[in-house]
Amino acid sequence: MFRESPIIRWRNYSDRYKLRGYKCTKCSATYFEYKGMCPCGNLDFTEIDFSGRGKIAAFTQIHGGPEAFENKTPYCVAVIDLVEGARIEAQVMDCKYEDLKIGTEVEAVFRKFYSSGEKGVIHYGTKFVPKF
Amino acid sequence: MRMKRVDIMKVGVIGIGITKFGEIWEQGLRELLLDAQLRALNDAKIDAKQIDSLFTGNMIAGLASGQLHIGAMAAENLNLNKPSVRVEGACASGSLALRQGIAAIESGSADIVMASGVEKMTDISTEQVTTALMGAGDEELEGFNGLTFPGLYALLASAYMKEYGLKREVLAEVSVKNHFHGARNPYAQYQSEITVDTVLNSTMVADPLTLFDCSPITDGAASIILASEKTAKKMGAEVYITGSGLATDTLSLARRKSLLRLDAGINAAQSAYKQAGITAKDVSFAEVHDCFSIAEIYAVEALGLAKQGEAAQLYTSKQTYFDGKKPVNTSGGLKACGHPVAATGIKQAIEATMQLRGEGGKRQVKGATTGVTYNVGGSGGTACVHVFKKMK
Ligand SMILES: [Zn+2]
Repeated sequence: MFRESPIIRWRNYSDRYKLRGYKCTKCSATYFEYKGMCPCGNLDFTEIDFSGRGKIAAFTQIHGGPEAFENKTPYCVAVIDLVEGARIEAQVMDCKYEDLKIGTEVEAVFRKFYSSGEKGVIHYGTKFVPKF
Repeated sequence: MRMKRVDIMKVGVIGIGITKFGEIWEQGLRELLLDAQLRALNDAKIDAKQIDSLFTGNMIAGLASGQLHIGAMAAENLNLNKPSVRVEGACASGSLALRQGIAAIESGSADIVMASGVEKMTDISTEQVTTALMGAGDEELEGFNGLTFPGLYALLASAYMKEYGLKREVLAEVSVKNHFHGARNPYAQYQSEITVDTVLNSTMVADPLTLFDCSPITDGAASIILASEKTAKKMGAEVYITGSGLATDTLSLARRKSLLRLDAGINAAQSAYKQAGITAKDVSFAEVHDCFSIAEIYAVEALGLAKQGEAAQLYTSKQTYFDGKKPVNTSGGLKACGHPVAATGIKQAIEATMQLRGEGGKRQVKGATTGVTYNVGGSGGTACVHVFKKMK
């Protein structure tokens, strides 16, 4: 398989660093990251920076990771409903997995993800921590 | 106003061929595919030159070995220079190849078609397979966050179990039943029975899914030969495809309307049933996509074999065994028969054909007249359903 090109990730840096979303100017639906056409048919979006607060809608702990994360297992990933309405998938950390529940409130934090190879670019993004 | 003519589509199955599924170190991608192709030709008792078009499903060869252009490979295998196309829709690639074959016949551009699926997965490491399979999800919204394929279905399981109170032990019954069937299928990867404890005590992969909730990494190929109704009748075919439904949904789970059902599966089932003029009550058996145990729960609900949220009772009452009221995955499913990703959809079609021909051996469903296959790509981004009928 190819080594990952840094530019693939760079394109999304501003969305990921700021947890930036897009709000449809017609129906007000919100999305995390790029959404080409809203189901309402509109192509115009305004940028919104999410507060980073949300609730867990589904969660799991991954024990067998893909290549980029194989040394980081086990780690928790959740589907999170942000208070602004968008739903996203992200890692939840700094907690005991056993303490998490559907409905647990979480908050966004800026964290390191992984690097593309030994001398590669280090990628950062948004993870979440619970607010017990 | 003239009445609209209602023609039930009928495409005949004139030949089936499948390799043993498993870790087949001595055969590569090309040899596996050829093996299935030759078996199908042998079963159809036709010469390769009679094939007008070929459609071949493959998902990961481009990543795993660098080999693309599988369409030309499939034709070259049989020394043909005919139209031949590779089809990809993640784990639903096989069913998509089948559907393209049906479309070629229905359009009149072909009279006899070969639809195949092939996957060579054991040449690369488990981490590489995990990475490659995750290509079926949303690379940016899911893959970047460390999500894996089992992880996506584990997320679905967590939401479903909370909402409907599905118990962990009941979920395990899916794998127990599929291994029971696998033990009665000579081409299955795992021909051994297991218990609920086997599932509960095996290694955790993505909580709550353990190793025995997950389909394995498998090499294998499967081919099916289709013909127009007229030609198939002349050749004495017993089994016909009368419905084909395909639907799609968002790549990522987060952008779906609900985590509790797969809308693509529901939509594909409804359009296939409508085309075939049947309802869920007419289904004698189903071959469904149990890439993970929870996926079979979603599948039987999408097919209408159980109401939304009520699939558990089919498993506690053991109705999904081959001799039960609603047999599901008599092949052993993806769990026990194995899951050579793009070959799975064709394998399902072959199992349906064998059951309707009465070639199911120790897992034969008695009096089967109508079978359905349900094949899913990704976590539900693609779903493809076919209806098979026995006709005399
Ligand atoms: Zn909109």
